[in-house]
Amino acid sequence: MPQIVIDPERCKGCELCVQACPQKILGMARDINSKGYFYARMQEQKRCIGCRLCCITCPDVAIEMRVHGTLYHYFAY
Amino acid sequence: MAKKLMKGSEAIGEAAIQAGCRLFFGYPITPQNEIPEYMSHRLPQVGGTFVQAESEVAASNMLYGAAGSGERVFTSSSSPGISLMQEAISYLAGSELPCVVVNIMRAGPGLGGILPSQSDYFQATKGGGHGDYRLLVLAPWSVQEAADLVQDAFDLADYYRNPVLVLGDGLIGQMMEPVEFRSGRVPCKPIPPKDWAATGCKGGRPTNIINSLFLDPEVLEKHNQKLTKKYAAMVRDELRWKEYGTDGEYDVLVVAYGTVARVCSTAIEDLGAEGVKAAMVRPVTLFPFPYEQVRRAAQKAKAVLVVELSTGQMVEDVQLALLGTRPVHFFGRQGGMLATPEEVADRIRAIADGRSGEVAHG
Amino acid sequence: MAETVFRRPEALADVTTHYCPGCTHGVIHRLVGEVIDELDLRERTVGIAPVGCSVLAYNYFATDFHEASHGRAPAVATGIKRARPDLIVFSYQGDGDLASIGMAEIIHCANRGEKVTVVFVNNAIYGMTGGQMAPTTMPGQVATTCPLGRDVNQAGWPIRVAELVSTLKTPAYVARASVHTPLHAVAAKEMLRTAFRYQKENACFSLVEILSTCPTNWGIPPAEATAWLEKNMLPYYPLGTFKTPGGEDRAPSPLGRGRRRVGHAE
Repeated sequence: MPQIVIDPERCKGCELCVQACPQKILGMARDINSKGYFYARMQEQKRCIGCRLCCITCPDVAIEMRVHGTLYHYFAY
Repeated sequence: MAKKLMKGSEAIGEAAIQAGCRLFFGYPITPQNEIPEYMSHRLPQVGGTFVQAESEVAASNMLYGAAGSGERVFTSSSSPGISLMQEAISYLAGSELPCVVVNIMRAGPGLGGILPSQSDYFQATKGGGHGDYRLLVLAPWSVQEAADLVQDAFDLADYYRNPVLVLGDGLIGQMMEPVEFRSGRVPCKPIPPKDWAATGCKGGRPTNIINSLFLDPEVLEKHNQKLTKKYAAMVRDELRWKEYGTDGEYDVLVVAYGTVARVCSTAIEDLGAEGVKAAMVRPVTLFPFPYEQVRRAAQKAKAVLVVELSTGQMVEDVQLALLGTRPVHFFGRQGGMLATPEEVADRIRAIADGRSGEVAHG
Repeated sequence: MAETVFRRPEALADVTTHYCPGCTHGVIHRLVGEVIDELDLRERTVGIAPVGCSVLAYNYFATDFHEASHGRAPAVATGIKRARPDLIVFSYQGDGDLASIGMAEIIHCANRGEKVTVVFVNNAIYGMTGGQMAPTTMPGQVATTCPLGRDVNQAGWPIRVAELVSTLKTPAYVARASVHTPLHAVAAKEMLRTAFRYQKENACFSLVEILSTCPTNWGIPPAEATAWLEKNMLPYYPLGTFKTPGGEDRAPSPLGRGRRRVGHAE
């Protein structure tokens, strides 16, 4: 299962990932980071299909994707 | 290479090649077109690269890129084109990049004329571009000296990591004189390795950034002070000047540079036969300027005459050197008109007879 | 054991950028970094930072960099590439830098066919200086120096740089992409990869114009800015490839001479 890891300190709260996610499983936290931004947060990890659109859209490279096992083959885009 | 009759512009180009420069970026402007033309023909012969840029603005920025890549590089232009290069020159100085810029001066201001002048002295020595920087400025008076100084300029530029300006008047560019490029020339400064150059961060070396932007004022202040120390070292170590007849007795001291000094030299010689005694100090570096040497030489004289092909620019540095201890007179021609030995001699006679007025202060 | 399959490319430095939230400069930086990594170019790449929002790009890439004066990056690139043809040289420029003050430099760098890559970020406004009109600002778009909207009778129409550069005869790769959605960003990366590959093969000059958002100076949130770009900029700045090195001469034919036939040189 793909795991989305968002770094709250790198996030600037732009919400582009929330818009990009086809599963609509990303949202914004109610907390702020040390710069005062509301940061993005995975809300339903189980429904993540590993499309990487959130990672690709994030201007601050704040989102990493990790996988377990070799079931998922990721083509370079 | 045996002695050869060469045009000044071509000798300057050949001197750069002899100094190991293999890159030239320039743009045509009279009276220095022979420099890019010579380089376009000569550089491919030695495996070098010649680019005629779309403007002096572009040429000076190509210089900036190539200098930042650690290569010896030079450009040449004439007064209006040098004005266009000022931004890049400020960036080159601020980024501590070595390069050689040659200005074959023509009459100004504005489009001016194409005939020789010395009206870029302020531009060369007091700024030109914005910010606190200085250029090492070398002023040859003959084609041979131009060839020698251009070669020294590359060494000085590399040593100090600063642009060096070779300031020739249009006569230097156009006249033909015998030139010799001696083999086995030793660099006039030790050349440090260019490990600061942006040549690719191979093998995990930290990235090199060629930059003059320092937004933090504390950092930028330190940077400016570092540059100032460099210029102080230039003042201490790179002063060049020549004196003619200052060992003897004289009433008038002439201060002139470039080909004008040759005219003055003839005038002084002619006057010597009449019994009017004059001597001359010829600055070879305009920055650093030989303030102390001018002051000392003026001690023996009753008055000082500054001769320039301008309305009076170096005369201010002479006034600064003397600080009111001797009257300063000025003789200048502008617009491309040249001073003749007769005119200079007339003026020296007038000073000796008390018929000449001093330069007004301020 | 979890394996990270998406992370920051090595060619991007591990720092936080100063770009505004939602500014797609960050996306373009990352795409360029990924391409540099994939083509294994990092250790011989030299970038040139412009004057504009990306003036500090030299802090964000883990490659050697030059800071250039406003608009002159293509000339600096020429100097570097002629001095060291073995280096991969790219400039990263915005609307003011490339299409205003730097217009002469980009045309001549492309026309001489310098084998460098230019990444042109078109966000239809001047960002760093606070939102003035750019040569690429859309008609009617409000900016601080056209507070009533760009009037084409006063300021002319926006300049389409990709089309302009593609009419030069010297072989080049010229393309336009966008990064306002991740799918567009994937296509943009393909164009960037093509551009850098042409340079790696020493083939030709390459320019990739990339439409980008500027939420702060457009005055709308990032998520709305992507929609604004799609609605207002895409119709005027079509995406695609405008020139390839082996392609035919795109010189526009004079009026009244009829259609130019493919394969016949003028």
